[in-house]
Amino acid sequence: MEILIAVCIGTLTASGVFLLLRARTFAVVIGLTLLAYAVNLFLFAMGRLQIGLPAVINAQANDYADPLPQALVLTAIVIAFGMTAFLIALAIKARAELGNDHVDGLHRANDETPEQETPTKSRNNGRMRNPI
Amino acid sequence: MNLNPVIWSLLLPLLSAIVLLLLSQRIKWQRSISLFASSSLVLITFYAMGFALSSTPQTYALGNWPAPFGIILVLDQLSGLLLVITALLSLAALWCAVRQNTDQQGVHFHVLWQLQIFGLNGAFLTGDLFNLFVFFEVLLLASYGLLLHGGRRQNTKAGLHYVVINLLASSLFLFAVGTLYGILGTLNMADLAQKIAHLPADNQPIVAAAGLLLLVVFAVKSALFPLYLWLPKAYANTTAPVAALFAIMTKVGVYAIIRVHGMLFGENAGALAGLHLPWLLWLGLITLLLAAFGTLAATTLRQTIAYLVLASVATLLIAIGINQTQTLPALLFYLIHSTFIAAGLFLLADYVRQGRPQHADRLIADFAMPRNTLIGGVYLFAAIAISGMPPLSGFFGKLLILQSSIQHPYFWWILATILLSNLLIIIALVRVGSVLFYQTLPRERCHDSALQTQCLPPHINPQGCGAIVGLLSIGILLTLFAQPIYQITESISAQWQQVTLYQQQVLTTAPFDNPNKTLYWEDIK
Repeated sequence: MEILIAVCIGTLTASGVFLLLRARTFAVVIGLTLLAYAVNLFLFAMGRLQIGLPAVINAQANDYADPLPQALVLTAIVIAFGMTAFLIALAIKARAELGNDHVDGLHRANDETPEQETPTKSRNNGRMRNPI
Repeated sequence: MNLNPVIWSLLLPLLSAIVLLLLSQRIKWQRSISLFASSSLVLITFYAMGFALSSTPQTYALGNWPAPFGIILVLDQLSGLLLVITALLSLAALWCAVRQNTDQQGVHFHVLWQLQIFGLNGAFLTGDLFNLFVFFEVLLLASYGLLLHGGRRQNTKAGLHYVVINLLASSLFLFAVGTLYGILGTLNMADLAQKIAHLPADNQPIVAAAGLLLLVVFAVKSALFPLYLWLPKAYANTTAPVAALFAIMTKVGVYAIIRVHGMLFGENAGALAGLHLPWLLWLGLITLLLAAFGTLAATTLRQTIAYLVLASVATLLIAIGINQTQTLPALLFYLIHSTFIAAGLFLLADYVRQGRPQHADRLIADFAMPRNTLIGGVYLFAAIAISGMPPLSGFFGKLLILQSSIQHPYFWWILATILLSNLLIIIALVRVGSVLFYQTLPRERCHDSALQTQCLPPHINPQGCGAIVGLLSIGILLTLFAQPIYQITESISAQWQQVTLYQQQVLTTAPFDNPNKTLYWEDIK
């Protein structure tokens, strides 16, 4: 079982890192999710792998599974869930505002000049860029 | 009611965030409550700091669970100092945000702000490694919201980078925490430190790996080379009050390194002692040089300030790496100074941006902004302070850090790098100042062109400039009262050296005796 768990964590982490290095936000989101799964499994494994033991101390049982990693994983899952939701919302916003889902928002040369309004906004009406 | 300052510095921002969320349609109420909460927090943190200065580390057991099992909040002088800095900074930046109407550019500004303070205070107070992770997530999630507040396209792009790199860091944090728990069986920092001191030799490499993984995580937060690339864009593209508040965010990373690595891999850690120090010293020196080059290469005022924040954090990390007895007080002195001055500069940059509607804060010659001399004078003052020139507080900070490193074997490297980068920073600041305030175009050009609308004198909203005065005057206070403040930082450092006292205090925290208790483990048995 140790080898199986180790292989699982390793595969998830490797896939996560690979996807994280992609240029599209969607792949990055999936990569971060896989990495979060890997972390959760890893935290579980750090409480030592045991089967069929009660999680909370039981007077009848001889031994019990370490309850702390389970609590940690629960917290980590909740946090990762919220973060993923936020990241997806942000990725959609970036897709809408930058016009593509590249993580660097490429293909728009004027992105490089900061503080510039988009040409479609009415605040920029008819002003010339350079007075000199 | 229990008036323990430890718990109230957490509860106050949290409760006010909840109340603010319920009042999300009433901006006036929101503003009053938010400002009231921030100013009360200043009082509470000052009380907490005074309390911490006069006694041993105070603990608060959350849920009344005793030390290594439950989560412990610890208020010692170091965390007290950071609480005070955060509260003052938050009040000043919030005042500016309210007066400049920054808080109306999007919804839930005040809620996010208070949650951010909650996360920051929690990260400073916690004595538990996993709880530190949780508070990091709280403050990061709030900071994502604040960073994107009222945002434009550039903002979204920088925000995406910031979020992704911090989420990756969070995963690494959990890996490191898991490893430490798997080997040592505890997450309480005081307990971890004791267990590391008696670690069998087989397990040392794994714990060292976990420790260095934690260093990577904190290096992302504090923007150490090569993990700083997210910082300049994120800081330069957000609104001014948020950027000012973020001046403390990088210091959270510095604090976490001092707290976690200083305690876990301090002098008592046996074979693992000082695991992180060489990395911090050399990477810090590289970061400092690159930050200095960054200030030269920056194209806007706010980018320049973002690189200055980077430079100040690099100086702090170098100071951690030097690790001589006199370094910690010097480091803390410089930390107070650099946080407030950088925040003041970020706020000032916003007025510059308003005064130059054409080019905003880009380094291109433009018509003189209204009150050019006044704003330029304030800029000059802040530039002297942040570049570490006499007579202001930055000079004392850097001098003290350099003085403490005289005994260090690589003293000349440290000296050369700090002085060279300082020179580059001064050149960059002079260039920024002369382009923005001296190379102004004459107004007469307006009359012979068809650009009349461009020439109308821009309107600078002077509201909230008291925040800048307040922040920069802390620089003056640090100069005038350098001796007493340095004595405080020395006392903080002296308490920090007594790690065993801290551990003892944390691990002997007894639960409150509750007379109404109905269930207890013995009863169940």
